[in-house]
Amino acid sequence: MTNEPLNIATRVAYGKKLAGLGETHPEIVVLDADLSCSTKTDLFAKKFPNRFFNVGIAEQDLMGTAAGLAQCGFTVFASTFTIFATGRAWEIVRQSIAYPGFNVKICSTHSGITVGEDGASHQSLEDIALMRVIPGMKVLVPADAHQTMGMMEFMVKDKGPTFMRLGRAEVKDVFDSDYRFTLGKGEVLKQGREICIFATGYVVRAALDAAQLLASKGVQPTVVNMGSIKPIDEALIVQMASQHRLLFSVEEHSVIGGLGSAIAEVLTAKAPQRLIRLGMQDEFGQSGTGAELLKHYRLDAQGIADSISGCI
Amino acid sequence: MQTQSIQELTNIARHLRINIIKMVHNAGCGHFGGAFSSADMLTGLFFYKLNYRPDDPFWEDRDRFVLSSGHMSAGLYAALAKLGVFNEKELMGFRKFGTPLQGHPKFNLKYGIEMSTGSLGQGLSIGNGMALAARLKNKNYRVYSLETDGGSESGMVWEGIMTAAHYKLDNRCVLFDLNNVQIDGYMSDVMNIHPVADKFRAFNWHAIEIDGNDMQQICAALDEAAATKGRPTAIIGKTIMGKGVSIFENKPKYHGVAPTDEEFKTAMQELGVQS
Repeated sequence: MTNEPLNIATRVAYGKKLAGLGETHPEIVVLDADLSCSTKTDLFAKKFPNRFFNVGIAEQDLMGTAAGLAQCGFTVFASTFTIFATGRAWEIVRQSIAYPGFNVKICSTHSGITVGEDGASHQSLEDIALMRVIPGMKVLVPADAHQTMGMMEFMVKDKGPTFMRLGRAEVKDVFDSDYRFTLGKGEVLKQGREICIFATGYVVRAALDAAQLLASKGVQPTVVNMGSIKPIDEALIVQMASQHRLLFSVEEHSVIGGLGSAIAEVLTAKAPQRLIRLGMQDEFGQSGTGAELLKHYRLDAQGIADSISGCI
Repeated sequence: MQTQSIQELTNIARHLRINIIKMVHNAGCGHFGGAFSSADMLTGLFFYKLNYRPDDPFWEDRDRFVLSSGHMSAGLYAALAKLGVFNEKELMGFRKFGTPLQGHPKFNLKYGIEMSTGSLGQGLSIGNGMALAARLKNKNYRVYSLETDGGSESGMVWEGIMTAAHYKLDNRCVLFDLNNVQIDGYMSDVMNIHPVADKFRAFNWHAIEIDGNDMQQICAALDEAAATKGRPTAIIGKTIMGKGVSIFENKPKYHGVAPTDEEFKTAMQELGVQS
C-alpha cells in the first residue's frame, strides 16, 4: 500500500471499492435507481453486469427488490441519492429490510448541503435521524475516502442492515491507507483541551481546519471523528465530557436527530455536559456551490471557528 | 407436492376457512374476509403446485411464496399448518402475546413465513428480488405472491410490475385476489382499479382471468403460468369476499372484524362443522 493521498469524494471511493470487492465477494449484488453514474455503482455494473440491476426511478421498488435478494442469501448494496433512499423509501426500508433483519447495505450519495447547485430538493438533511430511529439499523458516515473503504470492509463481513451516508463533493483526506474501521468507535484526531468538537462526514476536515484557526487565538480544541453514529462510541463521549468544559457537534445535517442529538442522548444519561450543536438549524438548504453553502450556514472552517469563538 | 384431486383440494380449502374463522374468532380481531376470498387460490398454490418440503422449510430450492397482503395472515398460517410445517394447535395462538403467528406475518423460515408483510404493496418487489436471486443462482424455483385489488392501489406495486416485466421474470407469478372490497367499502366507491388484466398486459405480463373460487380453473391457471416463458404471469381471480359463508359474502363490514359468537356459530354450520 502506498500512502498517496486520495482526496476524492466518498461516493467515488465507494464505487471503486465496491467494484474491487465484487471480485472476492460473489455474494455481492448491487442495485441502483437510475443514478448509477452519480452514485458510482456504474463501476461495479461494468465489471459485473450480471450482478447489477437497475430498477429505474423507483426507489421503493429498489428497496423491496433488495429485500427479496437478501432473503435468498445475497449481500445487497442498494444505492441512489440519500433523500430518496432514506426519505421516499423509508417505510419499505423499515418494513421489508430492517424488520426481518436482512443483509442490505443502503449506501446512498449526495447527502447534505454539499450537494450544492441542485438545491434543497436534493439536499438530504434528515437522513441520519430517519435511519437512526429504525431498530437494528447501523448508521455510518465516513469522513473521507479511506474511512469509506474501511467501512465497506466491515460491511461485507457484517450481517444485517446498514446505512452509509456518502457525499457528492471531493473531500481532502482525514485518514491514510492504514486506516481500519471499528464499529462503534470514534477517533480522536487532535487532542486539545477545554473545548471538544465532535464531527461527522464531510465537515470533519473543516472541523480540523477550524481547530487550526482557533489555535492562533490560543484556543486548542480536541477534534473527534464520529463515523459510527449507530452504534455510537458512548465511552468516548463520556470521556470527552469529563475532560472538557464545553462540547460542540458539527454535521451537514439537521441538528434535530443527527450526530448532535445522538451525542446529547448519551450525555443526558451518562455525563451531563453542555453541548452546542452546529449544523442545519431546522431549515432547508438552497442552490449554490458547496463552498458557498458551507460558508453561508457556517459549516466551513471559518464558520465553525466563529461559532466556537462566539460561545467561549 | 403431490397432485391432489379437485375434490380433495376443495375440502382442504374448506378446512382452511374453518381454521381461519376459528383463529379470528379466538383472537377477537383480524381479517378473515380476504382470507376467505383467497382461500381457494391459496389452496391451489400450496397443495397442488408449490414445490415445497414441509419438513424442511429452509430447503434452498423451494418455491417461494410472499403474502403481499399481510392482513390475510390467518389464511397463510392455516395453509402452513395444514401442510405440516408446524402443529395446527399453534393456530389458536394467532395474534396472542409471544406467538410466532403475529397479526401480520413476521419473517420466520422455521414456520414457513418467507417475509414480513403487512404494510401493503411491498411483496411484489420482494418477490421480484427472490426471482432475480433464482436466476443468479441458476435455480429453477418459482416465486409466487398473493396480491389484492385494494393492496394494488399502492403505487409501489406498479413499480414492481414494471421491473418483473423488464427483467422477463418468467419464474415470477402473481395471484391476484379481485374481490372488489376494501376496508372503507366497495372499490368502485373508494378507488376503482379496473381493468386489472388489461393493466398487467399493458405492462407486458401474461394475464389469465379466472373465477378465483373455482379450483379447476385455479389449477389450470397455475399450470399455464409455469409453462409461460419470457414474461411473468398474473392470475387474476375474481373472488367473493367472505366466500364460503353466506352471511359474510360481499359485505365490506366483514373485511377486518372478528365474527360475533352468533356469526361464528352460523359460519361453523355453513362450513359443515358438527357442533
